[in-house]
Amino acid sequence: MVKLPIYLDYSATTPVDPRVTQAMIPWLTERFGNPASRSHAFGWEAEAAVEEARENVAALVGAEPREIIWTSGATESDNLAIKGAAHFYREKGRHIVTVKTEHKAVLDTVRELEREGYAATYLDVRENGLIDPDAFRAALRPDTSVASVMLVNNEIGVIQPIGEIGAICREKGIVFHVDAAQATGKVAIDLKNLPVDLMSFSAHKTYGPKGVGALYVRRKPRARLEAQMHGGGHERGLRSGTLPTHQIVGMGEAFRLAREDMADELPRIRALRDRLLAGISGIEATCINGDMEHRVAHNLNVSFAYVEGESLMMSIKDIAVSSGSACTSASLEPSYVLRALGREDELAHSSIRFTLGRFTTAEEIDYAVELLKTRIGKLRDISPLWEMVQAGIDPGTVQWSAR
Amino acid sequence: MADVIYLDWNASAPLDPTVREAMLPWFGERFGNASSAHEYGRRARTAMETAREQVAAAAGALPGEVIFTSGGSEANNLFIKGVAASCKPGLIAVSAVEHPSVLEPAHQLGRQGWRLFEIGVTSVGAIDGTAWREALARRPAFVSVMTANNETGVVQNIAALAGEARAAGVYFHSDAVQAFGRLVWDFHALGLTAATLSAHKIGGPVGAGALLLDKRVEPVSLIAGGGQERGLRAGTENVAALVGFGLAAERAAARRAAEAQRLAVLRDECEARLVAAGATVFARGVERLPNTIYFAFAGIDGGALVDWLDRAGFACGSGSACSSAWPGTSHVLRAMGAEHGLARGALRVSMGRETRAGEIEAFIAALVRSVSELKNFAAVSA
Amino acid sequence: MTYSNEVLDHYENPRNAGSFSQDEEGVATGMVGAPACGDVMKLQIKVGKDGVIEDARFKTYGCGSAIASSSLVTEWVKGKTLDEALAIKNAQIAEELALPPVKIHCSVLAEDAIRAAVADYRKKHGEQ
Repeated sequence: MVKLPIYLDYSATTPVDPRVTQAMIPWLTERFGNPASRSHAFGWEAEAAVEEARENVAALVGAEPREIIWTSGATESDNLAIKGAAHFYREKGRHIVTVKTEHKAVLDTVRELEREGYAATYLDVRENGLIDPDAFRAALRPDTSVASVMLVNNEIGVIQPIGEIGAICREKGIVFHVDAAQATGKVAIDLKNLPVDLMSFSAHKTYGPKGVGALYVRRKPRARLEAQMHGGGHERGLRSGTLPTHQIVGMGEAFRLAREDMADELPRIRALRDRLLAGISGIEATCINGDMEHRVAHNLNVSFAYVEGESLMMSIKDIAVSSGSACTSASLEPSYVLRALGREDELAHSSIRFTLGRFTTAEEIDYAVELLKTRIGKLRDISPLWEMVQAGIDPGTVQWSAR
Repeated sequence: MADVIYLDWNASAPLDPTVREAMLPWFGERFGNASSAHEYGRRARTAMETAREQVAAAAGALPGEVIFTSGGSEANNLFIKGVAASCKPGLIAVSAVEHPSVLEPAHQLGRQGWRLFEIGVTSVGAIDGTAWREALARRPAFVSVMTANNETGVVQNIAALAGEARAAGVYFHSDAVQAFGRLVWDFHALGLTAATLSAHKIGGPVGAGALLLDKRVEPVSLIAGGGQERGLRAGTENVAALVGFGLAAERAAARRAAEAQRLAVLRDECEARLVAAGATVFARGVERLPNTIYFAFAGIDGGALVDWLDRAGFACGSGSACSSAWPGTSHVLRAMGAEHGLARGALRVSMGRETRAGEIEAFIAALVRSVSELKNFAAVSA
Repeated sequence: MTYSNEVLDHYENPRNAGSFSQDEEGVATGMVGAPACGDVMKLQIKVGKDGVIEDARFKTYGCGSAIASSSLVTEWVKGKTLDEALAIKNAQIAEELALPPVKIHCSVLAEDAIRAAVADYRKKHGEQ
């Protein structure tokens, strides 16, 4: 018997791995020192734990420990990277290049820079969600100082060609930031060989706790930033604030486990995802959003035509999934990511993001598939659009008299 | 480290075990993202709103005035830089004894064309009246004066200062990180525009704090992207920590009066013994936090003394934990005009809910021993 | 979105969902809304010789509130004359279903569907 609701929203957040919780608990108990306290052993042992965690985070992505800066999460990392670099290199130029399908943490940050007087280009993506490196190159200007492209898209799971993009940035002397919040433990990242200057990470998308993230800041060649949070000089002056030792330890352990388990875990999750895909393929009039080849193993984003998005979500309450990004799902706006792929609003509205993870089982997938078949069938039975389609009329050709 | 006596509660307080128990399920089966529309998300959102109500109730604010942040430093940055970014550059005024997370952003604003007026303090750490009046007369965009100082424990007369600021039409922010949960402290009764709170000084976890903010003030967010916290602070909410913050605030408020009384007795006893042993207690005799003693022995280096005490099993602080990596002496003592030699010797004892009389006894004994050893050592090396 | 029990009931157990054949005697159809707006409602009425609505059917593409609104009006129009059916106002629908302000448009659409169905009947039968 499966436990309901079935959690298929691992890209919104993951459960904390029980092994991670175990590693954190001592730091919530007797080991409560402030790592900045240099005057006693409570502080020193906390500092040592923070440094060990830094090594674990660095090791997963092929970085040096001193290239890792702790933050409160990937959103803060994105803000620090983009604003920090744009501000530091403001004399070089004030043009930013990013992509329409980036996370809001990147898009809103770039918008804020626009308000400060910077110019920005938001690149389109192809129908499969991937950016075209030639289009990227064409968007660059002599005054382009910073570019930001995510590694893995949070909604459709596509993997952007950041190696190619990074090479172009290197050639042009542009600081290159990559939001990798959705990528750790899902794709191999080797910053020794990737031409990336700044990279954002999150703990809670990789079985760590919420409230902690990191920013990779390359040392050779050195990427420079202006701090965005001041006071106390923590994290080499780049990010002030008392370090939450238990959360940092949790992130370190989560990233250590990701490095250890990735090779075994990904094929298993991919097989489950393919099982889901096979099940959904049995439902008529569906389409998969985003490239299936350049895509993480755990994501499936599907549009179900002729059913309305909100009632669809309402009818499948027994599976916890997202329609659009977790951060915008409270609003009724269709997903801007799917719109960027050229999906009409109706299809964007009736899309579901399934994201699987470490604790997903085959039984859960089978249950979800059955539920989808039944509920979508029921909604289509009462859908006038589906009725038209069955009668051979394309609702797209009908002259609607909307108010 | 069960045998170590912890006397550095102003740097960080141990997590209250009851608070920890309340947090653990949020690392376990209740792991949802508070922005998710489904049941996991709804539960997280509800818990977070409960925490907001708890913090608001304990602080005398409305839930809608609580903006959760990653901690006190972020809340201070958000107010200072956020409000500055929302208006035309002019003048701001902050006290000279503020925490670095107020002072540094205030200095940073100079790059955007802001001028900074540092409000001086008296030799006992109280806001200097003349400097204060001058600050207000210059019509700053806002003033920021901390309620209780993290090093000296000196408590400012915030109600009076806030009243005067309001009369002058000036926004008033107070960093109440050390005061909240330890003193009678009420956001509305004090008449504040904004205030900063932190969870980990009151038995809550590190990694959670709040900016209390009058809804009429609209700062620019420091962290953009996602629309959380009324658009003022983006990022997936740290639900476990916020649940801990809420409960810690509630529990601190419930035990505050009795604790304050108990700690004041311990403090006065400890202070009398220190003075008898030849120590100078900073800001002695003015209203201070009931748990804090800041003192020095003339001619003895504070760092050396802290190391000595650490080896003897006592954890205490030499000034602010946030800035103890900095060389030199405390900016707070400098602002108070303390003698350099004395400032170099500064040592802070800060107590909390687990501190017992016996521990203070043992500490005094060890301290007196260390001081005499260090004096001998100094005499020998001289 | 939190739904009222009334909405949930109609959503889980829609009344009179389905279609009449267009050619059936006395059947008229009203189709309102547009896919791009997120809602399409089809309301069919079957009017007896005495001018009273004997039966009704609906199909709706839309959110739970839209489905509930159309389900509810199929119940309400039954046994009414065309003029009585036209007297049903969106405010009544919204009140019955306890619709939140952001969902009032669903009740408006249901009212429109009644008008469209009655208009279709009158057009077919040469009435004004």
